[in-house]
Parts: sequence; C-alpha cells; structure tokens
Amino acid sequence: MAFGKDHELHQRRFGRNLWVGACLLGFVAIVFGLTVVKVTRDGPIEGFDHTVRPQMTEGAK
Amino acid sequence: MTDTSILPPQSGEAGFGDYFALLKPRVMSLVVFTALVGLLVAPVPVHPMVAFASVLFIAIGAGASGALNMWWDADIDQIMKRTKGRPVPSGRVTPGEALQIGMWLSCFAVVMLLLSANPVAAGLLAFTIFFYAVVYTMWLKRWTPQNIVIGGAAGAFPPMIGWAVATGGVSVESVLMFALIFMWTPPHFWALALFMKSDYADAGVPMLTVTHGRRETRRQILIYTLILVPVALGTGLTSIGGPLYMAVALVLNLAFLKGAVDIWRRKEEEAEADGYAVEKKVFRLSLYYLFLHFGALLAQAVLRVYGIGGW
Repeated sequence: MAFGKDHELHQRRFGRNLWVGACLLGFVAIVFGLTVVKVTRDGPIEGFDHTVRPQMTEGAK
Repeated sequence: MTDTSILPPQSGEAGFGDYFALLKPRVMSLVVFTALVGLLVAPVPVHPMVAFASVLFIAIGAGASGALNMWWDADIDQIMKRTKGRPVPSGRVTPGEALQIGMWLSCFAVVMLLLSANPVAAGLLAFTIFFYAVVYTMWLKRWTPQNIVIGGAAGAFPPMIGWAVATGGVSVESVLMFALIFMWTPPHFWALALFMKSDYADAGVPMLTVTHGRRETRRQILIYTLILVPVALGTGLTSIGGPLYMAVALVLNLAFLKGAVDIWRRKEEEAEADGYAVEKKVFRLSLYYLFLHFGALLAQAVLRVYGIGGW
C-alpha cells in the first residue's frame, strides 16, 4: 500500500528534528573533545595495573 | 512586559530557523568576534578545542539573553516596524517557548562555560545575561533615555569573558576592551537615531532624540566620543597594544572625533537639507571603528607570536 504524500507540517517537523539531532551530535562531539583535551593535558595517564613498575616509584621521578 | 492576549495566535508549528532567530544571530556574530579577540590577545595560550567550545558557549549565553529580551519585549516589538517580524510578535513562536528557551540555554551556557573554562568566565557570562535580560530589558529600557548607554554594557562584556577564559581573571587590558565597546555604543546608536525615523516613541520606549531633543543628542554624541578617544588610545599603551594598533587607533579616533564635532556643529535644518549625510557617514565609520580596533588588537597578537610588533 502506498503512503500518501507528507503534509507540509510533517516536513517542517522532520527538518526541525534533523536540526535538533545535529545539535545533540555536535554537543556530544564537543564534550568528547573537551574531555580528551582536559584528561591528556598533564601528559599521558598511567594507571596502576597491580604490578609495581620502576617508573612509578618516587625515585624514578 | 509581554501580554499574551494582544499577540497573534501561533501560526502553525515553528521551524528550527524560528527558534534560531530568537537568539539574535547578528548580535551573536559580534559577540563571537569580540570574545574571540579577548581570548586570543590574552597572554595565556588556550587549547584550540577549549577556545572553540568556550566561545560557542559565550555565544549561546548571549543568544539566550536575546531570547529572554524577545519574550519580555514582545508587546513593543509588535508595534515597531523593525521588530514586528520577529518570531514572537509574528506568532511563529509562543512567548512561553521563548522564555523556556532563554532560561534553559542561559543555564546550559553558564554551566558548560564553567566546565570548559573557569568560574570567573562563567560568573561573568551569568552576570552579562542577568544584566541584559533583567537590568536593561526589564528595568531600564522603558524608564530612562540613557537605556542605550546601560544596555551597551551587556554588549561590552564578551571580550572580558574571552580574556577570563584564557587568564582566569580580570585585568586592566580586559577592562579597557570592555570600556572601548561601552563608550562606543552611545555615539554609534545615537548617530543612527538621528537619521532613522524610529517608532520607539509609539512603543513607549524613551529615546534621547525624543525626550531631550536632537540638539542634546548631538551634544551627547560629542561628549561620549571625547571620553571614548582616551580609552581607545589608552588600550594601545597596555600589554595588548603596540605600534600597529596605535597607528590604526590614531587614524580612526581622529576621523571619529572629527565626525562627532561635525555632528555637534550642525543645525537640524542643514542635516535635513542634505539628507543627514554627515550622520550617516559617522554611523558607517562607527561600524568600521569597532571592527578595526579589535582587528588591530588581533593583528598585534599575531605579530607578537613572531616576536615583532609589541612595545
């Protein structure tokens, strides 16, 4: 069964939703970018992986 | 304030562009430019991602205050020709929607600027929104003919916020950038008011040309220009200035001062006879004046990167 042509109101609503979606995606990208910049600002992060590594000790700094 | 009963009913569903128009995109573009200059001329380098996000949130904050202004002023916007096509008075967006968008975007912009930059920048943005939406729009716009002077402060904050994003504080340089826009606004706007047939009076907004007359407006243009000149030249003597800025500022201020004196000396009959030629020329010059001052500050900062151009 063929669908009827979209009403102008639906087209307008679709356009609006598309823009809102684009804004949300942009916001996610910005938060991601800011997070990467702020987390890596003080150099690469080394986590403790349950094994003592010489470079993590005070003497190595 | 907005009386919804006198506004036309909402004409169908608003498009995204109608909501975007609530944010006053033209004002936002000036905010982006001046905030970016304030951020880039600061002595502390900012990561491009942080700079981009911060300027975006400053622009959204400015836009949010524009939406709150449109919500409150919908009744007078409907009367004036220049503003009757705006989303709220034309019925494309309801006043309630404008209020919601303004409030939510204000909170969003301030919180995000706090996270991306620092508390000083976020605090200044919050104060700017409050100043424009409450102090200017709700309290002073319909009460005093000096409304344009006070409203100019809201437009003057962005470079100060940009500077705060980079440095985390306020200094003499950022205060002078604020003062430059603050003192520039009255002569810029009143030069326009002299030759534009406005309907502010019909809307009950006191404008200097109506309340104190055109002679007094001409005098006020000269007074504010006389204060503006040392502010503009003084900025050139600080750490963000330099020979290039000083040369640009000298030429522009001499031209602007001459224009203000010409406006002050003219009689209304002379202005009417030549179609307000001088007033129109000074208004055009005032647009270049602000753009070139901030452009020169930016150029000066670029030269400084290469070790040339500073004092």
